[in-house]
Amino acid sequence: MEIFKLVVLAFITIFAAMAANFGHDWPYTIHALIVMVVAFFVFIRELQHVGVPKSIETGYQDDVVKAGVIATSFWGVVGLLVGVVIAFQLVFPALNLDYSFTTFGRLRPLHTSAVIFAFGGNALIATSFYIVQRTSAARLWGGNLCWFVFWGYQLFIVLAATGYLMGVTQSKEYAEPEWYVDIWLTVVWLSYLAVFLGTIIKRKEPHIYVANWFFLSFIVTVAMLHVVNNLSLPVSLFGSKSVQLFAGVQDALTQWWYGHNAVGFFLTSGFLGMMYYFVPKQANRPVFSYKLSIIHFWALTFLYIWAGPHHLLYTALPDWAQTLGMVFSIMLWMPSWGGMINGLMTLNGAWDKLRTDPILKMMVLSLAFYGMSTFEGPVMAIKVVNSLSHYTDWTIGHVHSGALGWNGMITFAALYYLTPRLWGRDKLYSLSMVNWHFWLATIGIVLYAASLWVSGIMEGLMWREVDAQGFLVNSFADTITAKMPLYILRGIGGILYLVGAIIMCVNLWLTATGAVSRKPNAADAVPAE
Amino acid sequence: MSFLRHHKKIETNATLLLVLCLVVVSIGGIVEIAPLFYIESTIEKVKGMRPYSPLELAGRNVYIREGCHLCHSQMIRPLRDEVERYGHYSLAVESIYDHPFQWGSKRTGPDLARVGARYSDEWHVDHLTNPRSVVPVSIMPKYRFLLENKLDSADIKAVLVANRRVGVPYTDEMIENAASDFEVQVDPDGDWEDMTARYPKAQVRNFDGQDDLTEMDALIAYLQMLGTLVDFSTFTPDASR
Repeated sequence: MEIFKLVVLAFITIFAAMAANFGHDWPYTIHALIVMVVAFFVFIRELQHVGVPKSIETGYQDDVVKAGVIATSFWGVVGLLVGVVIAFQLVFPALNLDYSFTTFGRLRPLHTSAVIFAFGGNALIATSFYIVQRTSAARLWGGNLCWFVFWGYQLFIVLAATGYLMGVTQSKEYAEPEWYVDIWLTVVWLSYLAVFLGTIIKRKEPHIYVANWFFLSFIVTVAMLHVVNNLSLPVSLFGSKSVQLFAGVQDALTQWWYGHNAVGFFLTSGFLGMMYYFVPKQANRPVFSYKLSIIHFWALTFLYIWAGPHHLLYTALPDWAQTLGMVFSIMLWMPSWGGMINGLMTLNGAWDKLRTDPILKMMVLSLAFYGMSTFEGPVMAIKVVNSLSHYTDWTIGHVHSGALGWNGMITFAALYYLTPRLWGRDKLYSLSMVNWHFWLATIGIVLYAASLWVSGIMEGLMWREVDAQGFLVNSFADTITAKMPLYILRGIGGILYLVGAIIMCVNLWLTATGAVSRKPNAADAVPAE
Repeated sequence: MSFLRHHKKIETNATLLLVLCLVVVSIGGIVEIAPLFYIESTIEKVKGMRPYSPLELAGRNVYIREGCHLCHSQMIRPLRDEVERYGHYSLAVESIYDHPFQWGSKRTGPDLARVGARYSDEWHVDHLTNPRSVVPVSIMPKYRFLLENKLDSADIKAVLVANRRVGVPYTDEMIENAASDFEVQVDPDGDWEDMTARYPKAQVRNFDGQDDLTEMDALIAYLQMLGTLVDFSTFTPDASR
């Protein structure tokens, strides 16, 4: 087995070196060199460990969760920072700096991927590893495979991010990485599925806990979406460029089937998995309704996948598909709120804790934003509303009330929950810093969403305004001028949110490095329920 | 709600849960996407569409690389103001050779589906090098580097071949002449008649006004052909679509 590993690593190193040499374009060469260095580094490490007897590890595998907490915090700040930069590029175009690497068109995918896949993805991997072990009373399956998932995923992020800056993109939103990065992610993702499923299978609990249903459906569905939406043919084995298998209208629907369900499964199902563990834990109350969790789980899983065409209303997509997409989007409102209700009602009998526990406060706020954005979404999927909202800033505002409000806040709460437990501390370094974070983030989101509601609806109305003679009243440029103050406000909202996240990182750092007393024994790592 | 008792079977069996999840999430996609490949009315029957010329295709790749679609849609909806502002609403057939599609999802800048032949080449060069020189309130980045990035015809044949493999009807003749067609499109003094016979309505000009063939040439060649191909006199809307 060790020999096999070494041979594979040596082969990858040599092949990457060859690929770098034969590369048709320089971004491809740089990526090949990155892969070569990484493979060589791992090869040396493995070589040093040949023949060293492995110690049998017992208890929970929490080191990989710790690494995930660090990665989540790091990528979170990076992603938010890039978001603030591109928000201000839209006000001050000089911030594009006139380099190809720093134009909005290249930084925007960097921002979206950094927050969704690097911040959100690391949060999902780390929390799912933590939760599945506790709720299955079992160590992670597959030995070091979980470390492969962690580091493999970071390599994916680095290749994707550097690729965007160099203009390597297949232009499909949230699926921009080119073919070789896609293949790599597929390998990593299937390993993730193996670790997660393997742990569930060897569980000591008779039932699979509800959080794990959501995690499992998220992992499986993302695998399916990723593979189908990235079906493409490389122009050359030694070049970054590929052409998509599908074209035009079919490609468009495949993309938004993917894009919408990246939201549905990555940012919803996965994060609901988080919610179903951390909210009951933090509130110290059982989940409100078992029946509701069954119904809304299956309804959500079934309905979400149909809603993709609402991204293509009034386009050249055939009407029947548009109508299906709209109808299912509206139906989706119910199972979405099923999750919100189940989460919020879990606090029954524990609402008083909101006065003293800022972490629980964050969880409630995140559920509130989940409820709001899953109501706003179906509204925007109605054709009449969409005719106004599509192509405008309203969409951006909607996405951010979901991403900053729901995904961000539940992740921050999870990080606050995990850090003292993983590093064996009694409590967080400072609860008042958590409170600061809470309010900065909340005000930031409100500024962000409100300014883009106004700007989106305004530009939608300005575009369609006609005078008595039937002529258009506004030029396109008029709308840009009108939006500037709102764009500044949006940027300020983003800064507040970023500052909150930085405060969190400081707080977590001080907690982990021991500014508070160490627990006498790590009692939290023993029992499983 | 007694059926919920049976859920115990699912939630105590990981494989069953996995398989059921996969089945449940497959249905929507199969019902919505698969028919687009065989229902005939999905793609309208009109005259005029042709594969991109090699230079236009190279320009399209620059467009993709720079993420233009993040701010510019190429999909005019059949709404009064959009038709007024941008021209005839977009047809599915107009992106039939687009691997991948470039419809976009956001209009931070205007739609480009029919931007072809609306502005002069000089305007495009000025606008791309410094957008504020022609549109004072524009917030678009400067793309001056496109003028400096030279393009050669070395890789274009492989790009055409890859497109043919995924279904774009490039003929052997087009593939064979890819490199020369690529170069002759910026050379009005050259022998371009064969190229325009292969790619009707292809525009032959020195797009960026410079001696070298640059990414600017390719991008403007692409922009100047957008929306110019379909012959709308051959188009009849299909109410059942």
